[in-house]
Amino acid sequence: MIIDTITIIGGYNKKGEKEPVEKIDINRGEIFGVVGATGSGKSSLIGDIEQLSQTDTFSKRKILVNGEEPSYEDRTNPRKKMVAQLSQNMNFLADMSVGDFLSLHAKCRGASDKCVNAVIKLANTLTGEPIRKDHELTILSGGQSRALMVADVAIISDSPIVLIDEIENAGIRKHDALKVLSGHGKVVMVVTHDPVLALMTDRRVVMKNGGMDKVVATSEAEKSLSKKLNKIDEFMLSLRDKVRHGEVIEDVEMGDIGL
Amino acid sequence: MKMVIVAGTPGSGKTAVLIHALRNLKQRSLNSAVVKIDCLFTDDGKKFEKIGIPTKVGLAMDMCPDHFAIYNIEDMIDWADENNSEYLIVETAGLCHRCAPYTVNSLGVCVIDATSGPNTPLKVGPFLSTADIAVVTKGDMISQAEREIFRERILEVNPHCKVIEANGLSGQGCIELAEEIVKSPEVSLDEEKLRHSAPLAVCTLCVGETKVNKKYHRGILRRIDGFQTYEGE
Repeated sequence: MIIDTITIIGGYNKKGEKEPVEKIDINRGEIFGVVGATGSGKSSLIGDIEQLSQTDTFSKRKILVNGEEPSYEDRTNPRKKMVAQLSQNMNFLADMSVGDFLSLHAKCRGASDKCVNAVIKLANTLTGEPIRKDHELTILSGGQSRALMVADVAIISDSPIVLIDEIENAGIRKHDALKVLSGHGKVVMVVTHDPVLALMTDRRVVMKNGGMDKVVATSEAEKSLSKKLNKIDEFMLSLRDKVRHGEVIEDVEMGDIGL
Repeated sequence: MKMVIVAGTPGSGKTAVLIHALRNLKQRSLNSAVVKIDCLFTDDGKKFEKIGIPTKVGLAMDMCPDHFAIYNIEDMIDWADENNSEYLIVETAGLCHRCAPYTVNSLGVCVIDATSGPNTPLKVGPFLSTADIAVVTKGDMISQAEREIFRERILEVNPHCKVIEANGLSGQGCIELAEEIVKSPEVSLDEEKLRHSAPLAVCTLCVGETKVNKKYHRGILRRIDGFQTYEGE
């Protein structure tokens, strides 16, 4: 299914007042940010989109796909699901191996079993310690399970709408992860506290009291700042890798970052 | 009279999900009445009363709560009639996973908690495999992949059921459940039958024996190696 637009029709905030933003259209190929203080309702907004809510959640928001209400089957059958979500909840309640979990999930999504090795390979490009097929899910570190879920979303749950909830809290290469997830021609929504990611988006919605408060378009100045922030971020990452690998850091000239 | 029988493990969110669904029926001016069955204590009755739905609580005490529910169905239907209710909702205590208290023409709803692990649907018995609807709760606490695997496992056990992902806190999915309640068939009590037989429960323990040693037990007994026998006269 090709998705050209998803539309969020506003509902009510936590106080029961109408949301200031009544309607948002997000188009194919767009990276859309969701920002706001903790508890402002970012994850609920993402949740509404994942469920393609039809005024049946707290917020009473309604989500349209290509201007129409999706059918119940489209909303629930994983084989037809148009939304892939990378959430903050990576519990892995399952007491099973990485390989078993992935092939079970591939089966749910109607994907080939060959995906399993591809997912593990991709995950290992995003995290430090390699993940093996025979590892138990429950022994994976936070970064490892996050990387595994990123790769799972990119390969097994390959869907036209991708929702990413706070990728930065994970100890993985967030830019690479974002690149892996925001494949060509998708609608991507990123919940973030991180200015580096927030300014990489095309537009962002600001959440307040559980409601969509306003939509801000990323300005030219912000876009050029974003490039600088990126360089700082890359620098921090290279330092982090060195520290991780037991190297001793020499004094660094800040000018070398090349801002 | 339409009858909805709701089963599910304790704490899975049966009451929370029902409150949202019944509130929706009420908004559509459809009258429902709830019987909440529990073992020793419950204050769920108050929660239903709060939203203005006639409620009756039945405590099974020493009797198996599902047997208790089945035995009292006639009385419950009469009581719902007296209250001019078109829908009788029976919420069971849900303990051993072995009983399936659904009757043939009732709407059998199984509420199951997604955080209980992907093997749970394989562990629970007829109360899932003979249900019309499986309501999956707490899905917001696990990842999308885990949710999808959980759903697949339910369909392995019961390929014909409708899976509704619901949230007892926000009410998401509950309108869908209300819709299914409205669509359910009428029950005619004279010919009503259980979908699945209840487990055998005739032994000395059932009548109050407290001694543990094997030699004190009579009745239909099953050994851990699977050998089943009858001891007694």
